[in-house]
Amino acid sequence: MVRDVAVVQFKPRKGDVAANVAALRDIFAQLAGAEQPDLIVLPEAALTGYFVEGAVYDLAVTADEFAERIAGAYREAGVTSPLDVVCGFYEKDGGTFYNSAMYVRLGEGAPRIVHVHRKLFLATYGVFDEQRFLTRGRRMSVFPTPFGPAAMIICEDAWHSLVPTVAALKGANLLIVPSASPGRGLRGNGELESTTRWQALLSAMAVEHGVYVVYSALTGFEGGKGMSGSSCAYGPHGNLLNRAPALDPCIFRVRLDSAEIDIARARFPLLGDLNDVLPDLLLDDELPLQRGVSATNGSPKGEVPS
Amino acid sequence: MILPVYDEPRRAPARDLEIDAAMTARWLEAFLRDELIERRGIHKAVLGLSGGIDSAVVAYLCASALGPANVTAIRMPYRTSSPASLADAQLVIDALGMESMTIDISAAVDGYLQMAPEADARRRGNVMARTRMIALFDQSARLDALPIGTGNKTERLMGYFTWHADDSPPLNPIGDLFKTQVWALARYLGVPSALIDKPPSADLEADQTDEGDLGITYLRADEILSLILLGYDDAHIVDRNFTVEDVKLVRRRVDTTHWKRHLPTTALVSGTAINEFYLRPVDY
Repeated sequence: MVRDVAVVQFKPRKGDVAANVAALRDIFAQLAGAEQPDLIVLPEAALTGYFVEGAVYDLAVTADEFAERIAGAYREAGVTSPLDVVCGFYEKDGGTFYNSAMYVRLGEGAPRIVHVHRKLFLATYGVFDEQRFLTRGRRMSVFPTPFGPAAMIICEDAWHSLVPTVAALKGANLLIVPSASPGRGLRGNGELESTTRWQALLSAMAVEHGVYVVYSALTGFEGGKGMSGSSCAYGPHGNLLNRAPALDPCIFRVRLDSAEIDIARARFPLLGDLNDVLPDLLLDDELPLQRGVSATNGSPKGEVPS
Repeated sequence: MILPVYDEPRRAPARDLEIDAAMTARWLEAFLRDELIERRGIHKAVLGLSGGIDSAVVAYLCASALGPANVTAIRMPYRTSSPASLADAQLVIDALGMESMTIDISAAVDGYLQMAPEADARRRGNVMARTRMIALFDQSARLDALPIGTGNKTERLMGYFTWHADDSPPLNPIGDLFKTQVWALARYLGVPSALIDKPPSADLEADQTDEGDLGITYLRADEILSLILLGYDDAHIVDRNFTVEDVKLVRRRVDTTHWKRHLPTTALVSGTAINEFYLRPVDY
């Protein structure tokens, strides 16, 4: 099975949703036609910008509202053929706010939300302050797509190797990584140190699990913080398929071929091996896995050890 | 059999100050274009050109990002300023072919100081720095150009600047670069060697040098600062071949100047205090 993916490296205007939706409409129009991809992947918080602080409460929308926003751009672009879209957004659900990514199918009547992933690891250190404003997700789910099972992993989720591992163990063939990464570290040889780190992470998760990894990142400056772009895709051998520059909004295309996954996993059956060994690792009673028990003293939170 | 022993690699500073200058220049020029043109719709920049390395580097970055015709360099000498500073600034203006003007701030500064004849060198220097900002911002309004800051990370961390003067322009492309990194960037950009090789000076007093004022060389200060910022304690830093005195000097300057790197302290009395509870990013 082969599927075409267009990765959009997006440069939003901060908080200007109308302008950003109009830009998305233009992207849909640009990609329409005989060469239309099966899937378009956009970055984290693509239609608002990433660093919004308390304005998240102005900008967050429900999943249904966001799906309709994407569908509106699709209709305005005059596209009619079915299209899958992944896009990051600030989600509100009742009085709770999340950093989420949506996989939505367009062109079959009303937009169909296939899955919403709520970011598990809210970056809250240094320049990041997500947990001040947002609630974290609780589940890493895999969902069906025309390419087979897929999972979405938002930014810092990908920096914890357990997250892509769980997704792969749950059967994901495709890991979609919407991101917003302020570039830093000037010592690199032609690229930022933070970008070098990203490339190593993404390549490693692709080759370890024999999966495709598609990374779409914001570009452009947000209050002095340069979002480092460098969107890229890796094949299941850990091979770089395509890559965008750091500083320009752009689109690149990649082809996903499930036969490559079979070949990669036959050569390196690491995922199969992990399936075998996993129970021994996870049932280890030295692991702090019981909910509400701290790793250090083994006592339930709020209780005094006796 | 005797096995070969590989020595522990030489203990390098925890944070190398080297930069990829070409990449840094591209990054900072993109920052200027984004912030000026795309975010603010302003196509022109204005900056004070002192004849020193910092403002020269910013001039080169602005000229590359916006085109030299869209950058105005203003020389703002006081009557005691070194003529060499004016000449060095002119080297940059000529090299870049940028717009320029010279505003002698002597009358404005002396007009105030005649009411404060007891003012010492520090006060006089601050009056000059603040007068330069009055001129820079006024010219920015005349030219429909945004003032660009030229302070580097070392002087920001050491508190070696006049609060709400040098630090007041709304954009600063080099404020996260240590002085030694600014030098590296200057060499890459082709800043005239006369500016790179001379001892840095605020030029507020005769024969003044930054390193004389600070009591430490920029190279050592930057290495120590970079370790302090990473969280190393004094003992760890001294262990990397720095003197206790130098480490204490740098840490004291950082620890006594946090206030200079913030907006004024406002009494919080509500649940909607600006920048405390009411939080919106600068580009929102």
